[in-house]
Amino acid sequence: MDKLVKSIQEAVKLSGLKDGMTISFHHHLRNGDFVLNMVMEQIAGLGIRDLNVNASSLFDAHMPILEHIKNGVVTGISADYIAAGVGRAISQGIMQKPVQFRTHGGRPSDIALGRTPIDVAFIAAPTADPMGNCSGKYGKSACGSLGYAFADAMYAKKVVVITDNLVAYPLQDFSISEDYVDYVVTVDAIGDPKGIVSGTTQITRDPVGLVMAAHAARVIEASGLLKDGFSFQTGAGGASLAAAKFLKDIMLEKKIQGSFGMGGITGYMVEMLQAGCFRNLMDVQCFDLKAVESIRTDPRHLEISAMQYASPSSRSAAVDSLDVVILGATQIDTDFNVNVHTDSNGYIMGGSGGHSDTAAGAKLSMIIAPMFRARLPIVTDKVTCVSTPGKDIDVLVTQGGIAVNPKNQELQQRLMAAGLPVVDIRELKEKTERITGTPKTLAKGDRVVAEVIDRYGQLQDSIYNVPTK
Amino acid sequence: MDIKQIASAGTMESSDVYVEIAPGNGTLEISLESVVVQQFGDAIRAVVLEVLQEQQVDNANVRIVDRGALECVLRARVETAALRGKGNV
Amino acid sequence: MRRSMLFLPGNNPNMLINGNCLGADAIIFDLEDAVSPAEKDAARILVRNTLRYMDFGGCERIVRINSIDTPYWKKDLSTILPWKPDMILLPKTGAAADAQAVDAYLTELEQQLGMEPNTVALMPLIETAMGVENAFSIATAAKRVRALFLGAEDLTTDLQCKRTKESKEIFYARTRLVMAARAAGVEVYDTPFIDINDDIGIREDAAFAKDLGFSGKVSISPRHVEVINEVFSPTQSEIDYAYEVLDAIALAKKQGKGAISLRGKMIDAPIVTRAQQTISMAMALGLGREEA
Repeated sequence: MDKLVKSIQEAVKLSGLKDGMTISFHHHLRNGDFVLNMVMEQIAGLGIRDLNVNASSLFDAHMPILEHIKNGVVTGISADYIAAGVGRAISQGIMQKPVQFRTHGGRPSDIALGRTPIDVAFIAAPTADPMGNCSGKYGKSACGSLGYAFADAMYAKKVVVITDNLVAYPLQDFSISEDYVDYVVTVDAIGDPKGIVSGTTQITRDPVGLVMAAHAARVIEASGLLKDGFSFQTGAGGASLAAAKFLKDIMLEKKIQGSFGMGGITGYMVEMLQAGCFRNLMDVQCFDLKAVESIRTDPRHLEISAMQYASPSSRSAAVDSLDVVILGATQIDTDFNVNVHTDSNGYIMGGSGGHSDTAAGAKLSMIIAPMFRARLPIVTDKVTCVSTPGKDIDVLVTQGGIAVNPKNQELQQRLMAAGLPVVDIRELKEKTERITGTPKTLAKGDRVVAEVIDRYGQLQDSIYNVPTK
Repeated sequence: MDIKQIASAGTMESSDVYVEIAPGNGTLEISLESVVVQQFGDAIRAVVLEVLQEQQVDNANVRIVDRGALECVLRARVETAALRGKGNV
Repeated sequence: MRRSMLFLPGNNPNMLINGNCLGADAIIFDLEDAVSPAEKDAARILVRNTLRYMDFGGCERIVRINSIDTPYWKKDLSTILPWKPDMILLPKTGAAADAQAVDAYLTELEQQLGMEPNTVALMPLIETAMGVENAFSIATAAKRVRALFLGAEDLTTDLQCKRTKESKEIFYARTRLVMAARAAGVEVYDTPFIDINDDIGIREDAAFAKDLGFSGKVSISPRHVEVINEVFSPTQSEIDYAYEVLDAIALAKKQGKGAISLRGKMIDAPIVTRAQQTISMAMALGLGREEA
């Protein structure tokens, strides 16, 4: 049996791809990815149209997809995250059919449950053998974990692995195994390493970020959750990383050994592993070179699939064992609903990713955000888009005060007893508006350009077009 | 009062505002570019006019490039630009 | 109470508008070294507006004006004074006459503005050899002088010696300033620690300053504020001991005893005074007992 085919075009032909079908991509190569664009170009060249693209995320490296949308090659998009460039075009109404946003857990869940069947999955693989065993840990385009690609490989009708580092059979330390793979294609480069991983992820030097981070660490300390066996996830944003640094100091000083750190993994989490703050890292995606190096060499650093990470229909998911997660927000309302999908002018520039999944699973879900950005208050009466429902958020940490969701009275009491500056979220909103002034509410379009599907597969909110003047 | 010379104040950094003021053609012309124009455009214009009035500037071309400055910062930058334009530093 | 005082550059809106959130007991808006000559006018107006429109809550507002050998200092003062800064930091104070010149102009402005005389306090920054030698006369130069502040960067340049992290070169200046200030009955604040990434160094440096008698320490980095606050706050055991001292005194008075001992040590007047200082600070920090 020979799975090796000469070109992407040949693989597309062999896969039987036809008008109206669904294809999928993963985003481990992030803004350095070449594969989605290469595949789409071949598909367009073959005259195939009306496709539904199910990508775990779309970055601005994928801007060429806008041409395929205009030409009718792509008529449907489903993604967990869409960066600002592509997002702006969608907000301006480039698609006839609304985009479907899912979460990192909801996407594999809906794939596994057959709600969003995939006809052909194209899997960018930094290393593969001729039978399709593949890994993200090795090769010039190494990205570390391949966590988001597992569901695609397991459930798509046809699976094409695309690599720029073909090695002899069998590839030893594979992530996705040959039994799922139909075809293997080699290309010169699957991505630009500079866009795949950043060199180092830096802790913020911004004084406000540091104040928020210090508050965040003290909230965790006061929550009662910080003890042996502690589990933790944080984002790669500057203030979140700084919070991890302060947390690390506390854990080392108090000699607390946590069980696992999770998420998109940065070098900072690797340092916490090496310092003994955690027994393991559970890694669905690597953010920097240090994380890639660690997942390749350190057996304590575990690769997990998006299903194990966050799927609500898995028999269990790691998010359900999570103690604390630190998350960001572009807006949060007085009911603690969080928006991470749209920017201050209503344009799509993000998505839930693992936001809703970890918020639903973790015992303590913390939002860390400044009181205002560029004169716009973070707290509003009603968010433009509900990305994560307020019932799953416990606390908002800003530089000007800490607002606890009234549903979590115990946390509120613990934080007050620890002398932390606890404020009512409505007071925080007023306090901020005394500094910034009260912003006018945005004019909303009349057409739905995206649907936000919650992790359980239900419609949670709709995003409207941004009217052009 | 007239603006004698082209002058500017402020920067393009986040939370700041860049104000440029030049001699006018008999009227007061204000152009505004702001990252928060939808939410605060009217408020910004009102404050700029108020400060220029305080400075007795009624004949000038004023260009505002706002990066999300708070009102107290906006007031300071417009006042500084006006004083500099009047040669009154 | 000023455990920590934080410098913020006077022409940087992003820093100024968040000054009250950075944890410092006092903020020093800097019109001097942090502002280039071409931007002195802009910074002056920006700082004035910050004083006027921003609520700093319990955070004290200090302005460092330009020194009296520049053309800026009077304009600095006349611009900001209507919005009542708590204190003026006067750089390069070398002699009592420098402080008196500023005092006279402040008095004039206060009169014009209908403010009570001596509303705005003055803190001379001692950063020259001459200033160190004249420390006591500067500290007693005017009623509004409420504190001295040691600036080691300029001082070591004047001394023609190297500024080191160990700070042996400023030991004399530090002790001399503490002596002068305490003799004059004013507060005294230590020079900033320069290496903003050295978390251990700042703690040691602040602790040493506290041991010498400084009331607090100035910082150029928000990162140092929390450590400085911690070092200059009484510890729980210090607070507990202070309460024990005062309880023992109260009990002895009731029993009509003269000499009192606690933990096998005689309690004399200085120990009582110190206990009272500790408790008043603890109360200010909300660490004191509920009932007084």
